[in-house]
Amino acid sequence: MAYIPNGADEQRQMLQAIGVGTLEDLFASVPGELRHPAMDLPEPLAEQELVAELGRLAARNRPMGSMDSFLGAGVYRRFVPAIVRAAVARPEFYTAYTPYQAEASQGTLQTIFEFQSMICALTGLDVANASLYDGSTAAAEAVMMAAIHTGRNRAVAAADLHPETLAVIRTFARGRGVEVVTADEVGERVSGEDACAVVAQPGFLGTVTDIRAAARAASEAGAVSICCADPIACALLTPPGELGFDIVVGDGQPLGIAPSFGGPHVGFMAVRQELMRRMPGRLVGLARDHDGRRAYVLTLQAREQHIRRERATSNICTNHALMALAATVYMARMGAGGMRRVAEVSAQRAHHLADRLTGLDGFTLADPERPFLWEFALRVPRGGAEFAAAMHREGILAGLPLERVDPRRGDQILVCCTETTATASVDRYVEAASRFAASLRVGA
Amino acid sequence: MTPGSEPSERGVGAPAAEWAGDEPLVFELSSDVSGGPREVRSGVPERSLDELLPGVSLRTAPAGIPAVPEPVLARHLGRLARRNHNLHQGIYPLGSCTMKYNPAVDEQLAGLDGFADLHPYQDTADIQGALQLMWELERLLCQITGMARISLQPAAGAHGEWTGLRMIQAYHASRGDVRRTRVLIPDSAHGTNPASAALAGLEVVHVQSNADGTVDVGDLARLLGSSVAAVMMTNPNTLGVFEREILEIARRAHEAGSLLYYDGANLNALVGLARPGDMGFDAVHLNLHKTFSTPHGGGGPGSGPVGVSAALTDFLPTPTVELGDDGYRLDRDRPLSIGKVRSHYGNFGMLVRAYAYIRTYGSSIPEVAQNAVLNARYLQSRLRDLFPMAVASDSMHEFVATTRGGRVPELRAIDVAKRLLDYGVYAPTAYFPTTVPEALMFEPTETESKASLDHLADACTAIVAEAERDLEHVRSAPHRTPVSRIDEVEAARRPLLRWRPEN
Repeated sequence: MAYIPNGADEQRQMLQAIGVGTLEDLFASVPGELRHPAMDLPEPLAEQELVAELGRLAARNRPMGSMDSFLGAGVYRRFVPAIVRAAVARPEFYTAYTPYQAEASQGTLQTIFEFQSMICALTGLDVANASLYDGSTAAAEAVMMAAIHTGRNRAVAAADLHPETLAVIRTFARGRGVEVVTADEVGERVSGEDACAVVAQPGFLGTVTDIRAAARAASEAGAVSICCADPIACALLTPPGELGFDIVVGDGQPLGIAPSFGGPHVGFMAVRQELMRRMPGRLVGLARDHDGRRAYVLTLQAREQHIRRERATSNICTNHALMALAATVYMARMGAGGMRRVAEVSAQRAHHLADRLTGLDGFTLADPERPFLWEFALRVPRGGAEFAAAMHREGILAGLPLERVDPRRGDQILVCCTETTATASVDRYVEAASRFAASLRVGA
Repeated sequence: MTPGSEPSERGVGAPAAEWAGDEPLVFELSSDVSGGPREVRSGVPERSLDELLPGVSLRTAPAGIPAVPEPVLARHLGRLARRNHNLHQGIYPLGSCTMKYNPAVDEQLAGLDGFADLHPYQDTADIQGALQLMWELERLLCQITGMARISLQPAAGAHGEWTGLRMIQAYHASRGDVRRTRVLIPDSAHGTNPASAALAGLEVVHVQSNADGTVDVGDLARLLGSSVAAVMMTNPNTLGVFEREILEIARRAHEAGSLLYYDGANLNALVGLARPGDMGFDAVHLNLHKTFSTPHGGGGPGSGPVGVSAALTDFLPTPTVELGDDGYRLDRDRPLSIGKVRSHYGNFGMLVRAYAYIRTYGSSIPEVAQNAVLNARYLQSRLRDLFPMAVASDSMHEFVATTRGGRVPELRAIDVAKRLLDYGVYAPTAYFPTTVPEALMFEPTETESKASLDHLADACTAIVAEAERDLEHVRSAPHRTPVSRIDEVEAARRPLLRWRPEN
């Protein structure tokens, strides 16, 4: 069989050692009426057939790399250095389990300790954990943490949070009986009734706002301030920790992880020292072994579900350690300087593209007063969906038509550039948009 | 192997001398926080940051993350890799974790551009292959579990538990039955069960176990009532024993208006041979990183799809994948849904691997369960003379032994666990379930050969013999790993959770 090494001879010897006659005898404790259900499953496949079958499915998709892509909106096509993939492809890392037996898991433990340290450096906070599922669940965990910490049952969230993040916060909050309200100006809305104030940097539409007021107002109200941050932006902007935030969460996908149709990515969370014991998830600490050597170990486990059960800070057990390894290797390869340059190149290209597109008839920035990093909401003729469809016919993924997340922005599209956006792609986008505008003039 | 001799296999694959000295942290390998690899050119006329980002507060100093030259980084990662036990080196018999071999071809397939370079917001026409894979995987898992529909969205088992409980709550609420605020959980359950219930806002009530670890049906019946939303069970349970009374338990739970939740952590014992849906379960989560062979990644990512019976399908997370005349599509218009439980559609890369695994076995998948149980029972037969078993009943894919009452009274579970590391064998799950003192929980999985099981049994034999002769040597193990036992109490008392120059 495919991945079962024992053959009939070994099976016979083993059954004899156990003292039963057949494999079926091993299932004697299962009531007969439950055994061997009728199932409609396909024939087994040889590896070669499997590769062909999955190849056919993959070929029914159109990967971003086969087009000129300007699609971002929280999942980014960033350059992944080869050493990142080489590291996560090592069986020593990808086949290992959660490092419960520290003495035989120092490799995983040390890379997690490095990850925690880098996330602290990036966010400007004291303590980071060994990863969460993604940016949206990391934000939801932060809100749950704030509700328990303050004993309050309302959260104020910025209206420009990523819509998926806001949706997941709402699902988590309903379970715990926490109310979620949204506001354009979180700082003006947060009060002594609130567990937390949640903002994004940059916002879903790529813009950067002054978020200090939100942190200050939350602090004055006795609420926890939470910032959902892009990790690449953290290499360029003043980190949220320095702006006064208590918790910074985000999605580490831009740090060397493939889009992969939305997952697996990795969530990160960093907090102030005072919140350390309220954190969800694994924490790796630096310790000494009995011979005085530096050694790493899972620590503060009294917060976790396997010890504390229903009184744990979270139910999380499996996390996203391998994706955290990818992010760690990415950050170690790029360094803070390299990551800042990635941010700058992305921003330079996005602004260049915005300048050229807004030079065309009928194209304007939707939020011209707000500075943006590498994504911008663009008002386009005929609405975002029709424009995107026209660009798609020319092999261009023009961006996310915003009507998909906000019906009031039906005339807009969210356009993204990264360091992987070729200048030739930028030229083709501008040319195609120009032809689109011209065709409308002719049609009119 | 000769009892008492030092194991010939190295703990984690290399001569002990190689471990002399610490492996530096990346922060000690470079201090270049402002340079980095060769810069990519923007290719456009660059403007000053003040002009691009007017009024925006920028970093005044770079983040303290050094760029490490690639040759140095490569060797750092290589050395760290050798400090990990892993499945390509030896058996990983962690009970309840199902550490089976991760097929190489599945890694290759998940990396195909058509899967890995796909954006979740692409047009429906551009993602037909991905949606088809998800649609087919859902149906394959429905066949295997006997459930009506399955959401592939949860990222892990615990995430699936909470998602399932939220759907059960929504079901009761939709019937105007709002008094059901409690959930019954056996005392031997995985810790995630009560933690997930608490996250869903439910009160946890523990159910007593019989001597063989199965649910005490009398106690369960006493606790059932109009305030109970769900009963959470694992079957076979955490002692590896099948709940023979499961049909009676389901009948009583349903009679009392409660629903029944299945923790799929132990499905490897039954996959293809018996289905939770047929047992009467209303909601089921699966750990694709256990039964369906996706790798554990040093702690994750996993994937925790959750299946439900027909009565609960309206409450599934959005979106679902549907097949219509125009092909596959995402359905976001689900008014009774509990909402989104994570971004996008799940850990798609893990779904590709699990799909490939199930297609490989297809209708022969019962052989997985048969060989998983065969391997566990064989290993148990080899260990019976060394360690008392926690229960007398026949176990399935895993079993719990204890050092309590064994040949060497002072020998503790942790000592056996740590000494096994010296033999190139990872430790079994120790001290779980908590209902068994000095527990050692073994789950070998079907991908271990008889020779591998014999190696593990021989190592245990050697350790017990050694303990009879020189207990202290066992209690101070491991001796051949990169580090020796770690002062965990001190680590927790004075936590150092990030690098600082003075560490």
